[in-house]
Amino acid sequence: MSEKFTKSMARNIFYGGSAFFFLFFIALTFDTTAKLPERDHRENITEQVVLGKKVWEDNNCIGCHTLLGEGAYFAPELGNVYKRFGNSKEAIIGFIKSRPVDGIPGRRSMPQFNLTDEELDGIAEFLKWSSEINTANWPPNIQG
Amino acid sequence: MQYKSQAVAKPYFIAAIALFVGQIVFGAILGLQYVMGDFLFPEIPFNVARMVHTNLLIVWLLFGFMGAAYYMVPEETETELYSPKLALILFWVFLAAGVLTIVGYLAVPYATLAEITGNDLLPTMGREFLEQPTITKIGIVIVALGLLFNISMTALKGRKTAIIMVMILGLWGLAIFFLFSFYNPENLVLDKIFWWWVVHLWVEGVWELIMGSILAFVLIKMTGVDREIIEKWLYVIIAMALISGIIGTGHHYFWIGTPEYWQWWGSIFSAIEPIPFFMMVIFAFNMVNKRKRDHPNKAAMLWAMGTPVVAFLGAGVWGFMHTLAPVNYYTHGTQITAAHGHLAFYGAYVMIVLAIISYAMPLLRGRAAANSKKSQVVEMWSFWLMTVAMIFITLFLTGAGILQVWLQRINENPMGFMEVQDKIAIFYWMREVAGIIFLIGLILYVVSFFVGGDEEEASS
Repeated sequence: MSEKFTKSMARNIFYGGSAFFFLFFIALTFDTTAKLPERDHRENITEQVVLGKKVWEDNNCIGCHTLLGEGAYFAPELGNVYKRFGNSKEAIIGFIKSRPVDGIPGRRSMPQFNLTDEELDGIAEFLKWSSEINTANWPPNIQG
Repeated sequence: MQYKSQAVAKPYFIAAIALFVGQIVFGAILGLQYVMGDFLFPEIPFNVARMVHTNLLIVWLLFGFMGAAYYMVPEETETELYSPKLALILFWVFLAAGVLTIVGYLAVPYATLAEITGNDLLPTMGREFLEQPTITKIGIVIVALGLLFNISMTALKGRKTAIIMVMILGLWGLAIFFLFSFYNPENLVLDKIFWWWVVHLWVEGVWELIMGSILAFVLIKMTGVDREIIEKWLYVIIAMALISGIIGTGHHYFWIGTPEYWQWWGSIFSAIEPIPFFMMVIFAFNMVNKRKRDHPNKAAMLWAMGTPVVAFLGAGVWGFMHTLAPVNYYTHGTQITAAHGHLAFYGAYVMIVLAIISYAMPLLRGRAAANSKKSQVVEMWSFWLMTVAMIFITLFLTGAGILQVWLQRINENPMGFMEVQDKIAIFYWMREVAGIIFLIGLILYVVSFFVGGDEEEASS
């Protein structure tokens, strides 16, 4: 690099540029959180949805699945599973309940988590709510 | 080794390597589970093995960063560490916290671990990469604050070089952004937005400061090029990294419920993110061309030169490949992401930690400048085996990803996820083979520490 461009100029660009863009990022974040309510439909976050998110976390579901495309890529996307299962909570609950304890020979299998009826209802409500988030039309199709 | 207190770096580096071995063993298990779904089921289900794999990565890289800090700070500030004792205490605290957490993952079901560690009081668990029990997270904060206190106090009484200021700033950022892991709102969209404040602002933000400062330090030591020149480059590179990377967070805000304008901000700024990595390549090769001495530690040189090249490929090229919103619409959450993640982490962070270990460890073990030629040859073999294996892992996962996107997302009659997984299994088999070669390279790396022979003379 040329001699005219000094170390202190480089340092100033670093501190100034970083500070500017961090403040700009905070401003964008504020704007985003202000616009969120119409996209995430938080008015529909019931006690069951809250419980469902807790069950989701306590059983590390993200360790195999993606949710809105984030997580592990070992098992299907669940952001739209409510719709994929025909808008049916019962289908989701039935699937989770019926996982064999010892798995399926030679194949990937979801563990049997022995959830209570209340927890099962919570997780289904949570996935139903998740499917109604405005995700800019992602995923491209029902397969997730 | 010029300062006695630099010796505290040694246990940090040893722990880092030991946990690295654990990480790769679990990586091999995961790779096998991709093609033999019932492997180790139900004893070690995929989600548990993955948690061990990713958490060990984070913990051993942190061990590496901390070891690097303790090694570099006295030499840069030209004064002994403020408290070597505190550094050793924190080492044992962090190791105990790390090992107990991993044992916890493996010994009891995750839900039980959440229950017995009091996740109900302050729920922070069960989110990707932040799976640690809340108490472990508190431990991480304490260790980070202890480290920051120790090195900041050292820097205050000593010489304040650009390299060390950048490193300390990076470590402060690491600690501060980790605090967002304690924020876990009931609203999933908000949760995801601020989860990225830890994950993205770490790996595409403040960690790059740590990486840049380690690279600059190693290059000064090994090439003897004037500090003014190297530090100017460092500032320009990290300026570009943060100017592009902060708003670049937007490339994670395309499809998680956030407003559509992020598709513009995220695409444009993250398209700039490869530039600092490319500059790092130019920087490293320039400095080597201008070198004023030929350092006898050829292995460390290889790691230091390999870091920017593979980081540019993994973070830069493989990142750019799927960062534009119209592309990401189809590739989001597929094996393309996994391919990018593997090469980026290996190139940027694994290799920089191995570079500083390769440079510092011979000195910490009382050698004049470098290990014996025999030992270096083994280490360089491990470099090539691991690096080439990782490139092939990336290529196979990319192949899997392209097919997955085609069959599941673009095809006129999209197939279901599990059906597609069966169809692309051949790529997972090839990935597993490459993974085993990586493991062999890693074993060779460990072996290189025990190869004797006449050590290399220090150059004048």
